Amino acid sequence: MLGLNKKDTGLFIFVICVTALAPFIMNPFPADSAMAQFNAGYPDLMQRFVIFGIFAIGFNILFGLTGYLSFGHAAFLGAGSYAAVWMFKLLSYNIVPAIILSVIVAGLFSVIIGFISLRRSGIYFSILTLAFAQMSFAMAYSVLTPLTNGETGLQVYNDDPQWLKGDGPDATHFFGLEMRSTFELDLGAWSFSFNVGYYFCAVLMLVAFYLSMRIFRSPFGLMLRAIKTNQTRLNYTGLNSRPYTLAAFVISGMYAGLAGGLMASMDPLAGAERMQWTASGEVVLMTILGGAGTLLGPLLGAGFIKYFENIFSKINESVLHGWFGFLPDGIENGLIWVAEHFVGSGWHLTLGLLFMLIVIFLPGGLMEGATRIRDRFSGDKNKKDTEGKYAPAGE
Amino acid sequence: MDAILLQILNGLDKGSAYALIALGLTLIFGTLGVVNFAHGALFMIGAFCAVTLQKILTISSVSIDPEKKDFLGNPMEVKTPYVESWFGEATGQLIINWSVPLAILFAIPVMLAVGYIMERGLIKHFYKRPHADQILVTFGLAIVIQEIVKHYYGANPIPTPAPDALRGSFDFGVLLGFDPNAVIYPLWRLVYFAFSALVIGGVFAFLQFTTFGMVVRAGMADRETVGLLGINIDRRFTLTFGIAAAVAGLAGVMYTPINSPNYHMGMDFLVLSFVVVVVGGMGSLPGAVLAGFLLGILESFAAMNEVKSFFEAIYLPSIDQIIIYLVAIIVLLTRPRGLMGRRGVMEE
Repeated sequence: MLGLNKKDTGLFIFVICVTALAPFIMNPFPADSAMAQFNAGYPDLMQRFVIFGIFAIGFNILFGLTGYLSFGHAAFLGAGSYAAVWMFKLLSYNIVPAIILSVIVAGLFSVIIGFISLRRSGIYFSILTLAFAQMSFAMAYSVLTPLTNGETGLQVYNDDPQWLKGDGPDATHFFGLEMRSTFELDLGAWSFSFNVGYYFCAVLMLVAFYLSMRIFRSPFGLMLRAIKTNQTRLNYTGLNSRPYTLAAFVISGMYAGLAGGLMASMDPLAGAERMQWTASGEVVLMTILGGAGTLLGPLLGAGFIKYFENIFSKINESVLHGWFGFLPDGIENGLIWVAEHFVGSGWHLTLGLLFMLIVIFLPGGLMEGATRIRDRFSGDKNKKDTEGKYAPAGE
Repeated sequence: MDAILLQILNGLDKGSAYALIALGLTLIFGTLGVVNFAHGALFMIGAFCAVTLQKILTISSVSIDPEKKDFLGNPMEVKTPYVESWFGEATGQLIINWSVPLAILFAIPVMLAVGYIMERGLIKHFYKRPHADQILVTFGLAIVIQEIVKHYYGANPIPTPAPDALRGSFDFGVLLGFDPNAVIYPLWRLVYFAFSALVIGGVFAFLQFTTFGMVVRAGMADRETVGLLGINIDRRFTLTFGIAAAVAGLAGVMYTPINSPNYHMGMDFLVLSFVVVVVGGMGSLPGAVLAGFLLGILESFAAMNEVKSFFEAIYLPSIDQIIIYLVAIIVLLTRPRGLMGRRGVMEE
């Protein structure tokens, strides 16, 4: 179907079903129960799942296929956000032009950065992209203040022109369909919310996912894999790999721009901190955690991190006391003392540890973990070891 | 002329910090071939060694002085640091006052230990892994260290003043025959520069004139051959990692009076130090030092009003924020090996 083979079609249909039914899947616990804090089915979080999913899918096209580790992708996300907010300021709250422009701006931006950075490979490439991203961040904060509104961040004000607005709604909308409008469905003790913004992002995410599948299975994708495997050999066979890497870089930059545009469409704000290199690190982590070079991995990683970020940040000391209350006091306090480091504002510590553990023990990410477990149970010991699946280019 | 001199001086202290961190980064990269994204965190740990020592020294015994009353009329609590009660008041206060320089003695063993543990416990397992993995795992480690420090020391900068004796400023211009008050410079920054020059000189002397240093240099050139000669190069490289960590830590200790340490200072310096290493030439120690000072001075020149307004005229306002990156990009594109990079080191 759609130019996909049987297995991929199955995967695609599976992803479609999961995203379509996400409001149900994410809210498995009744709204009033104690477990309700583990629900993730509210619009804001679900939007973040799919938006960061798009970001990670795009990053995976570059990193997973070519092995070029970019530490500056957040710059494209930020550029996309700024572009989208400018469209809101100038035209109207309709998100279609905003998203189109954000993809274009991020694409152009990534052509420039990619053209320069891709002259080097390996760690030089990482450092170059890092330097570019930090430069963009510094510029957004200071030099480009007329464009970015500096520290305050860019937002839409009442006296902005909004030429095409007319009597359109005062919130971001898709031809009149407001992004924030939500349909609440109460089924007994459960309540589910269906948000327009989420479904809009989800549709785009599915398109992005489909495109990435096609890229993975195309001759172009094969070429990118060849670059990752052995770029030197590729050069010796007389192929110039630069156009391919640049194309991959720009595609992933446009994905990041799309994610940035969607982020601004859900909440018409853009700030420089979206461009910071820790934000770039986050998407790297999502991709690695899920499994770089796999189709489903980045989506999985993005969902995993955003879900646990949300859950872990919410837990505080009193919640912990509630959990460990049944234990003797000494043990309880000890456990809480340990757990305190990792929850609430300590979520970043958990994230860092997770990052290290994944890189150390499971370089192939969750997808590799799943494969290993499946292999163990099916008793197939002759499967090829997939460790070290991704190697950086230019080694 | 005096304005130029002042800018050079201004650039020296930041340049010193860049040079020290970049030196350590290069040392690690040159010996172990590992790109250490956690090096900024080591710089930060050094700075927090100074904070910790200050806290330890001011641990106080609390006694109630019935003579004095606080503003509510209750007997006032008098805190006497233990150091004062042990060594007498004058000596005790002197020790507390000089806590930052004293922290050097405290930081060296701590940093060596941290470096040793880091290398043996984590980095060792990543020699054979691709550079991407090394970058990622040290990046994760940097986050972890940063968050632990944040958890225990809080998110706000902690003031750690320089000793009173070194707190004033110094009329540098008079020495060189300028008018008085033309070139005034904070004394501590001069101390910082002198200190870093000392450390850099020490590291170079150590590598140049000791047998240990000779072996390390030989190992940087050809690790395998040194190993074949029956020398346990790994152990020496581990120690080199410790030294690099100590250098970063010392840079952090002495930097605390210039900028109050906070948990993200390491990250702030790390990116710039990487740029410095790349500009200097990956794997070249003199290159790292040179590029550190050069970029530091360049940055302070770009912050001059005259320069700024010149660049504003050609539509590049706030050039000081981005000058380092611009220079790095230009250097990398025109001279990919860096200013003093050796042939064949990290080239394609």
